[in-house]
Amino acid sequence: MKYSPAAGTARLISRFTGLGKKYGLEWWILVVGALIILAIVFMALFSGTIAPFSPYDQNTGPQLIGPNAVHLMGTDNLQRDVWSRIVWGSQTILRVAVLAAVVSSVVGICLGLLSGFSGGWFDRVGSLVMDSVYSFPGLILAIAFAAMLGPGVINIMLAVAVIYIPTYFRLVRGQTLSIKEELYVEAAKAIGASRLTTLWKYIFPNVIATTAVVFTLNVADAIMTEAALTYLGLGLPPSIVDWGMDLAMGKKFLPSGHWWLITFPGVMISVLALGFTMVGEGLAEILNPRLLER
Amino acid sequence: MKKSLARYVIIRLLLTIPMVFILLTIVFVILRVMPGDPVSSMLGGHAPEKVIEQKRKELGLDRSLPVQYVQYLWQICHLDLGESMIFKERVTKAIADKLPATVELTFFAMIITLFMGVFLGAYAADKRRSSRDYGIRLYGIVVYCIPVYWMGLMLQLIFGIWLNILPIAGRLGARTFASDFERTGFYVLDTIMARDFTALGDVLIHLVLPAFTLGIVLSGIFVRLTRANMLDVLKSDYILAAEARGIPHRKIVYKHALKNAFIPILTMMGLQFALLMAGAVLTETTFSWPGMGRLLLERIYLRDYPTIQGVIIVVALVVAMASLLVDVVYAMVDPRVRY
Repeated sequence: MKYSPAAGTARLISRFTGLGKKYGLEWWILVVGALIILAIVFMALFSGTIAPFSPYDQNTGPQLIGPNAVHLMGTDNLQRDVWSRIVWGSQTILRVAVLAAVVSSVVGICLGLLSGFSGGWFDRVGSLVMDSVYSFPGLILAIAFAAMLGPGVINIMLAVAVIYIPTYFRLVRGQTLSIKEELYVEAAKAIGASRLTTLWKYIFPNVIATTAVVFTLNVADAIMTEAALTYLGLGLPPSIVDWGMDLAMGKKFLPSGHWWLITFPGVMISVLALGFTMVGEGLAEILNPRLLER
Repeated sequence: MKKSLARYVIIRLLLTIPMVFILLTIVFVILRVMPGDPVSSMLGGHAPEKVIEQKRKELGLDRSLPVQYVQYLWQICHLDLGESMIFKERVTKAIADKLPATVELTFFAMIITLFMGVFLGAYAADKRRSSRDYGIRLYGIVVYCIPVYWMGLMLQLIFGIWLNILPIAGRLGARTFASDFERTGFYVLDTIMARDFTALGDVLIHLVLPAFTLGIVLSGIFVRLTRANMLDVLKSDYILAAEARGIPHRKIVYKHALKNAFIPILTMMGLQFALLMAGAVLTETTFSWPGMGRLLLERIYLRDYPTIQGVIIVVALVVAMASLLVDVVYAMVDPRVRY
């Protein structure tokens, strides 16, 4: 068997397409989730062609009018088209959430591998710090970071990324600790593999499968956190189009019954998060068919 | 030494200390690195140099960071969270004023979460592989993806504005005065103690929407957890024996099986506490609920460091205590987990 990260990923993919023949519930959940994500990614990539108006255009039509033929989701108090803002807003949320998840996973996995593999005081201190951060409400920490870093796409991405690092750390460290004891790792050491090679070629490929599931669920969570931060007014300047920000701005007009300002952004956030969650859950059930046989 | 409960509690307590300590340090570092000078914003943009310097000295901000850090830790050991930079009040008082509101909200939200989550989960396990089971599982996944504040806004829209049957902001109506009955800050208790039942009604009706908002969103996790645990329990021999003895099915599922599946749920409650606090911040902003979450946000906008620090410390302590409590209860019930 080949021990490389590429082989590990290839094995992962073949396992899941092989089991795709079994059209169970898990498979459908995965497919629906993937379709949702693709639809919104499509929306983000082709915002210019899909959106009828510019999201900044303050003269698209009458102020605060409900959904109609011209404005599919109505207009806001600055006469901007809500549907266009939704379409363009998908870019922001995808960018922040996915980037944050990537940063979290890279940092978390590296630290987890190192910590699990080296043991000793580095592992002890690392675990203690990570456990402390993990047990603390993530959103509150993200709020503190976002307030500290100030508004900006990179800043909010960092604020969101920081709170998920412990998740990857704990997962990968646990797995590293158990894989470390396997016979093939000892064999690798016996044939003279350096510690770095052992980590990269033997331990890392076995860690990828569960990490992939956690990654998708992480993106879903990152979406929720990003939207929460912008709803609270932290993290992004008002000039950037964002669903959470639209919710905050639309909130003021709720008592007068202008429901379309908050309904549509909220539905989009939920649907996008749901898409990623479904992919994650579907993946989890497909990759571990016997363990999760319920 | 025998694995006694006392030993477990002591070791667990000792473990909590470094964790809280690390969180305190993180908070300290975050706040000192925050951009924006609090002193000049406090005194207005055009204060003369000398006044700014003097204020800095007063607040102890002119000393080096390590010295400030030691001073900060020393203060905390004395349970002194300092004084607000913006208002003339002690941080501990500001927090003590708002804490009961948050506790009341989270308490009722947790009750709703448990009721909905546990019973739906048990029902789904009972009716396994039926369409109702799949429906409830779907509910479990979907509900977690709904942002808490959006749920709050939608419920406000439906029940507060379109149907106009529930209030959408605050803890009390315009005609009820807290000073009439306030004693502990927990309005439900206070109104009962003061025998003021109209006020109690007002308090409860103001609790409905915020508690449901927070409760529903967190119930999804419990639905899935309960369902998974119940499925395990329902396979056991003693359940089969109970059925053979002719005990009514409903009693088996909702009494015997549920009781045995309950322990992991209890542990999960402790772990979800952090989520509850995070959700509370968002719920409080949406419903103008005068609790600690809203206090935190207000003071972040104002750059009031001591209060921000104080709130985060209190949250860290509360979460640590909750998880400690849950672990101890679990160790009480299952001696195998003791150190």
